[in-house]
Amino acid sequence: MMYTAAALAILITMGLALARALLGPTVYDRILSVNMFGTKTVLLIAVFAFLSGQTDILDIALVYALINFIGVVAVLKLIEQGNFFTSGEKDEREVESE
Amino acid sequence: MTHIISLTITLFLLWLGLSGHFEPLLILIGVASTLLVVFLATRMEVIDHESHPIHLTVRLLSFWGYLAREIVLANIDVIKRILTPGKSISPQMITLPLPQKSDLGRVIYANAITLTPGTVSVQLDRDTITVHALAKETADALATGEMARKVPDDGTAAG
Amino acid sequence: MVLDILSWIFLVAGGLLGIIGGIGIHRFPDFFTRLHAAGTTDTLCAALILIGLGLQSGLTLASFKLVLIFAFILFTSPTASHALANAALHGGLEPLLDDAEEEAGS
Repeated sequence: MMYTAAALAILITMGLALARALLGPTVYDRILSVNMFGTKTVLLIAVFAFLSGQTDILDIALVYALINFIGVVAVLKLIEQGNFFTSGEKDEREVESE
Repeated sequence: MTHIISLTITLFLLWLGLSGHFEPLLILIGVASTLLVVFLATRMEVIDHESHPIHLTVRLLSFWGYLAREIVLANIDVIKRILTPGKSISPQMITLPLPQKSDLGRVIYANAITLTPGTVSVQLDRDTITVHALAKETADALATGEMARKVPDDGTAAG
Repeated sequence: MVLDILSWIFLVAGGLLGIIGGIGIHRFPDFFTRLHAAGTTDTLCAALILIGLGLQSGLTLASFKLVLIFAFILFTSPTASHALANAALHGGLEPLLDDAEEEAGS
């Protein structure tokens, strides 16, 4: 019962984060919301593990916490540079020399 | 060398905690994988006082205690501002000096600032840190430098 | 029984904090202030919910995993926030700042 209540609260938060991600207005707002959505997903998985009584599911939450972080940083890098393959510093030097 | 031993013990305890297996054969495999990771880390030369700061353990623990209290207080403050109708915030952008000598100390300080709701470190330079604060009060509280003094800093020159 | 009540309190408080943070990212006017609201939910909300779950599982491997999840969130959340703020500043997003008029008003 208490797990259901917590899961519902987390779902509402995720809904609010999703609404912000859809509304924008800047791309950074969207990434922020997606990051928050991801953190809440980790919590939801953790609560679900207890709700279903299979605590092995916690491993998934653990992995999701890591992937969420890497995903957010990767998307940020993509937006800042336009691709995944160059380092930011090199780009600046190229810009200066032009 | 102490770093390598401590890393081995930490990794093995992590493996034990995550796997939950206590049979001799599986523990042997766990030891093997731990040693493999430590070997790789040694070859990559990533084990040093920065990646594995055991010399700061005691000071870090007491700093975390202080930080936990700060986080709870700052959270309550931000929640109040969210729930206060009307204009409850006064965003500020302030630049503070970085008293820490080591890179590790700077990173801990910047992370502590960001972890405390109401303040986010936006830019980290050599000697200064630019912080975005939600309200004038939180900016003023940070500018007193109380948190900066409590950050563990190993005192060695930055690499 | 006492543990159940404590768990209830922690889980509900954590859930409420999450919702308040969710309201915060809609209420605050610009990106940098929304960052603070999201930071609230990342720290205390996660801590409360995970503590609430930890009270139910007791001293088992599940609690160890909960501690690890919390540690990961605690280490990655400020890094992601800082990266976001830094990228936004370099991306040319001007933070909405408060100047002298607030001081006169308050």
